[in-house]
Amino acid sequence: MSTGVTEPKGANNDTVRRLNMIEAINDALDIMLERDPDVIVLGEDVGYFGGVFRCTAGLQEKHGKTRVFDTPISECGIIGVAVGMGAYGLRPVPEIQFADYIYPGLDQLVSEAARLRYRSATEYIAPMTVRTPFGGGIFGGQTHSQSPEALFTHVSGLKTVIPSTPYDAKGLLISCIEDNDPVIFFEPKRIYNGPFSGYYDKPAEPWKRHPQSEVPEGYYRIPLGKARTVTEGEALTVLAYGTMVHVAESVCREKGVDAEILDLRTLAPLDIEAIEASVKKTGRCLIVHEATRTSGFGAELSALVTERCFYHLEAPVERVTGFDTPYPHSLEWAYFPGPIRIGEAIDQLLSE
Amino acid sequence: MADRPDADREAGANKPALRLHVPEPKSRPGDTVDFSHVPVSQPGKQPRPDEACDARETEGLCHDLIRVLGDDDRAHGPWDPKLDPDTLRTMLGHFALVRAFDERMFRGQRQGKTSFYMKCTGEEATSVSAAMALASDDMVFPSYRQQGVLIARGYDLVEMINQIYSNKGDKLKGRQLPIMYSSREHSFFSISGNLATQTPQAVGWAMASAIKGDSRIAATWVGEGSTAEGDFHSACTFATVYNAPVILNVINNQWAISSFSGFAGSERTTFAARALGYGLAGLRVDGNDALAVYAAQRWAANRARANAGPTLIEYFTYRAEGHSTSDDPTGYRSAQEREEWPLGDPVMRLKNHLIALGEWDEDRQTEMDREAAERVKAATKEAEKNGILGHGMHQPFRTMFEDVFEELPWNLKEQAEQATRERLIKFNGGRPK
Repeated sequence: MSTGVTEPKGANNDTVRRLNMIEAINDALDIMLERDPDVIVLGEDVGYFGGVFRCTAGLQEKHGKTRVFDTPISECGIIGVAVGMGAYGLRPVPEIQFADYIYPGLDQLVSEAARLRYRSATEYIAPMTVRTPFGGGIFGGQTHSQSPEALFTHVSGLKTVIPSTPYDAKGLLISCIEDNDPVIFFEPKRIYNGPFSGYYDKPAEPWKRHPQSEVPEGYYRIPLGKARTVTEGEALTVLAYGTMVHVAESVCREKGVDAEILDLRTLAPLDIEAIEASVKKTGRCLIVHEATRTSGFGAELSALVTERCFYHLEAPVERVTGFDTPYPHSLEWAYFPGPIRIGEAIDQLLSE
Repeated sequence: MADRPDADREAGANKPALRLHVPEPKSRPGDTVDFSHVPVSQPGKQPRPDEACDARETEGLCHDLIRVLGDDDRAHGPWDPKLDPDTLRTMLGHFALVRAFDERMFRGQRQGKTSFYMKCTGEEATSVSAAMALASDDMVFPSYRQQGVLIARGYDLVEMINQIYSNKGDKLKGRQLPIMYSSREHSFFSISGNLATQTPQAVGWAMASAIKGDSRIAATWVGEGSTAEGDFHSACTFATVYNAPVILNVINNQWAISSFSGFAGSERTTFAARALGYGLAGLRVDGNDALAVYAAQRWAANRARANAGPTLIEYFTYRAEGHSTSDDPTGYRSAQEREEWPLGDPVMRLKNHLIALGEWDEDRQTEMDREAAERVKAATKEAEKNGILGHGMHQPFRTMFEDVFEELPWNLKEQAEQATRERLIKFNGGRPK
């Protein structure tokens, strides 16, 4: 069971359903649209059609055209108008159809939304949650597969959140929408429909049979800045988020490694206490992410672990990442940090 | 791949070589100025369509120049807003105050009291007169030369100067560049140094107002140079798509630092005409004609308030001073330009109009200017009690780490502690030596 769940308010948690991540996100949006008349969902295709991944299906019909609506193909416009809506007092939830497309809206997010509270000394805030699917493994080529999360963790004033289960996706998204700071919520699209073991040639397991797809009905929150302990262990600590949580979990299970896997859940703010406690316990640290290696978020994690846990380390911190190339369409499984790359890194770590 | 008909290089050798056009202004330093290319329309001759008209009916007005005040200092035609003399005097008073404020703050920067300042000399009407045509709670998303909006809305001069000096009275806590004010109380949005970013934000605010069934509208100001930014085009698209109750004011002051308006595309069409492609109503207005500015802004505000649609207004004006205190316009433009600008000076034109009406005279103007200078002087003295830039009387040290997020995360707590330790060592107990 996940940790860090706050007391549900008025939720009927007796009724538990098994949802995939898309349905869990849809559920969170539905609840927040219902609870708070200031919540607005906007983005390309999110209205009548319900989004290309169906995350907003049925929301326009239920909540009306001025609460959930389509936008022009303009990421700068989508995020820019959301800043204005936030300044008015709404809580917009803009969707960027793929994280790869966020760059035209980058200035509005990093220079405007992220700094508005600071520059106006709290006169104006931009409480928005930018939802965007990210990551590869769906044959999306180099324009539908990127993991740009590290860019956003570098920005003062922006929170970066990444769920890895339907349960977390719902609870974290509700927290994001209620948060008074701008948040970017990365949805690992490879695991929208089920956890992924990293073996692309094996059938993917649907969420239906997975315990972490047990999603309570109604409202609940998972606080930002709290990691989840996926498995407890003594041999090494694995730091992962999104899709890579499941890949790492399957590799450790398969190799019979007594690993402590932490699902970071939010990269900013980061749960440094959980990381420090775990690495000091195990003495070994493996960092796994799908994004390219150089200046990736793993570099920050590695630096933090080295700074804070150096005298507890029995081996150098290892990173398993994507390569420093764009995501190659036909060779995406060669790019993807799968079981072989992770397994070798674990062997290396344990051999020292 | 398709074959080029002239795949054989020899065969194409007699075709003309393609040429790149790089715009060049009509005059440079030392040149005699010729403004004959600037069309000066006859005041009062421009039609005034109904505020709820189809956007297409404004097509002619996108290429013409709406003017009210004539060479005879009288108001002419259907755009005459018919303001009473008291309102005109109030407007003139705001002009005087803006000018006095600019003068003193410019000097303050030269005296080292702050790092930076931007005057709006020659452009006063585009903010003062426009602001007076809006309701006081309509939300404005200004750029960096709209101090006139704050003056017209009665913002405390001491607050403005505190911000410019980044002193301990600065409610923005010394984080913003001077002149990048913010006042929620005056429905004045926080100014960004990243240009044109405020335009989609204004549209978003207006959309929010419409979503909530509010009656307030939004207005934004952007320089003609930054209409080249993608944000401006996103703003136009969103404004028209959702029929947002917003006014997009483009201040065409001819210069974006050293780049003349040709680099934003003015050689081919007007900035107002950009409205046409989006289906926005567009007006091109003499920005140095206070009455025309007021009338156009009022027209657009009424249109937005009636759900008749957004308006793009080009205010055709002239930046009489440099871009900022960091700029030297003698390096790129003729010194004569300012003197020979064919549309005159907005303050003089309004003053002369009031005199022509028999409602004003030179003595009263002298007295008004003197009073404005005194007011600014007194406010400056008051603000200086809170400190000037670089003299230690700043916001409490820890405010540097506040407001990045609503709550202080662990990394900022650690860094705040580090900075506190450093401060003790560097400044011997907290005061810069």
